[in-house]
Amino acid sequence: MNAPPVTRGLLGIGDPSLAAHLAAHGPLPTVPDLADAVGGLTGRGGAGFPTARKLRAVTDAARAARTRAVVVGNGGEGEPASAKDATLLARSPHLVLDGLQLAARAVGADTVVLAAGEAVLPGLERALYERGDGGRVRLVALADRFLAGEETALVSAVDGGLPLPRAKTPPVWQRGMQGRPTLVQNVETLARLALLARGEAGEDHTLVTRHTAVVDVAEVPVGARLGDVLPLHAGVQAVLVGGYHGSWLPATMAADVGLDRTGLASVGASLGAGVLAALPGDRCGVRETASVVGYLAAQSAGQCGPCLNGLPRIAAALDLLARPGPPRRGLLEDVERWAGLVVGRGACSHPDGSVRLVTSTLRVFAGELAAHAAGWCTAAPSAPPFLPVPAPTAVAR
Amino acid sequence: MRVDPIGCQGHGLCAELLPEAIALDEWGYPLLAAGELPRELHRQARRAAAACPARALHLDRVTPGAAHSDRSAGRQTLPGLLTGNTQGGVPQWPS
Amino acid sequence: MIGDGAILWYLNRATGLVSLLLMTGTIVLGVLVQRQARIPGLPRFGVVGLHRNVSLVSAVLLVVHVVSAVVDGYVSIGWLDTLVPFVSGYDAFWVGLGTLAIDLTALVVLTSLLRGRLPVRAWRAVHWTSYALWPLAFAHGLGTGTDLGSGWALAGALGCGVVVAVASGVAIAGRITARPVLDRAPAALAAATTALAAGRPAAASRNR
Repeated sequence: MNAPPVTRGLLGIGDPSLAAHLAAHGPLPTVPDLADAVGGLTGRGGAGFPTARKLRAVTDAARAARTRAVVVGNGGEGEPASAKDATLLARSPHLVLDGLQLAARAVGADTVVLAAGEAVLPGLERALYERGDGGRVRLVALADRFLAGEETALVSAVDGGLPLPRAKTPPVWQRGMQGRPTLVQNVETLARLALLARGEAGEDHTLVTRHTAVVDVAEVPVGARLGDVLPLHAGVQAVLVGGYHGSWLPATMAADVGLDRTGLASVGASLGAGVLAALPGDRCGVRETASVVGYLAAQSAGQCGPCLNGLPRIAAALDLLARPGPPRRGLLEDVERWAGLVVGRGACSHPDGSVRLVTSTLRVFAGELAAHAAGWCTAAPSAPPFLPVPAPTAVAR
Repeated sequence: MRVDPIGCQGHGLCAELLPEAIALDEWGYPLLAAGELPRELHRQARRAAAACPARALHLDRVTPGAAHSDRSAGRQTLPGLLTGNTQGGVPQWPS
Repeated sequence: MIGDGAILWYLNRATGLVSLLLMTGTIVLGVLVQRQARIPGLPRFGVVGLHRNVSLVSAVLLVVHVVSAVVDGYVSIGWLDTLVPFVSGYDAFWVGLGTLAIDLTALVVLTSLLRGRLPVRAWRAVHWTSYALWPLAFAHGLGTGTDLGSGWALAGALGCGVVVAVASGVAIAGRITARPVLDRAPAALAAATTALAAGRPAAASRNR
């Protein structure tokens, strides 16, 4: 991971110590009404939910249930193409811990959990030790699964169960960890809380993981022109926006899109987990997506029938369509039908998100699909894969 | 009507008992007719819900006007009249 | 001409035997439902309906079986003995097994009738105890019974026993060999990849 050329803001100067943190941001002030102070901040985990509403909902639910709330910092970055949360936790752990402290105080929580991948936990332990907060924040290691950061799967894992999503009723803000009202907040959102509490600008920037010739994490202004944030060299065919639950945009269309909710929505995309990937000219978009969708299909929790049946078929069909040569008649129509059959029929958004990627692929790489059908592929045969896909774990048939 | 997608194991009884509003997809899992369930089908729907071996078919009372939440309205609809696992709204954040 | 006592006595024996037979049927039908198997010529809800109705008939016969045993003055079984096991003045142990079976049956039937209003887990947990019903009833019949001692009735009951054992074995084996939830999707992907590459449709995967 290349260090981004950013010295202020969330990613700091690369010194994760408490001293550097205090030098840059000063001590954490007390905030009487956090929900009021956060303004229009939205969650940075992918769903983009307004943080103030979430804070109030958990506070009210805990009061109604006459119980103490729980705050869970979500560093479960299951998205293989995303590195922003891990980078943030490694570089600025104290901003995240400040945010946790603020959120816990705001909702009256007596239990505070920070869940993240195994790799960043030692650094977090060190940071907690520096603050003398060792006993107050429970660190939980998350499995390396795509859905590990999904809200209900996260709560299940924190409770000691399998990292599996559950039905959305009752929602976790009502009944989450140990059945208590639970505030689950992405770690970047928490870090932004810590900035806002100090009166620093917090909500007008966002972290993105950029995939070009190199991979890096950068803090970019919300609403920036995509072409200004992501270097689109000549030959770039398309841009993947939002990660593996996101969508492909043709490079020409992507360059002028504004990186905010409305700008991205106007082209049918969303920032999701903050992944921006510029597909170089010598790679095949269908091949890249096929391997990603194969990964997504295998990462289905296997709980909901349509997702368990639909995604593997779509993945297998894409794999065939990614090979040059005339495909079986009706295969493309099969993919479209299966895509329709999984949308909206899962307990979580995994089927919907995966289908979003697939349908955008069929749209943006229609030319490439036609080339494959005619027996050739525009990509260099020897080019290594562009999008990172973890190796599948072997399973007995 | 609402199907609990994790609970549903594709027994398929519901589609036999309420063919007017439930069809099975090619894997045996139910697809629900879009929109609200007509009153004359309520009895049959209750029978279908009671017969589900997995107890995954639920009937919710819909308050007029609140039937379509933002999220279900923005949902990609399926070809034809059938839709996903819920007919009415999905749980929403309090505003 | 047989007297009132004899009628009750025959009624008691007959209902006991037939309800054991119907219990066998209930178990087989229950396993068919759980395995999502179909009976040729019967819709899917027919199998579930049969499971339910055969079990209800069996429960009604059990009521007759119990009432006839109490009303029959020949053996001293009181109303209390129909609810509390092992306190009967007559053959306390063997009658007690029957009482235990009655209690369990009542619980299983009641929770099933109230299924729509109970948490699924509670209903399922109670339903699991029905596996103990048949052995209890069989032992009760063997211990107290005039009929299960020998001859065609014993042969029939043993036959039912084999059927119940096989059905339970199928159900339990199905649960044991069920794929762990996190392995389902990779397995489904492997199956779909093989099938589609060969140009044939993939078989449906089940989320259980």
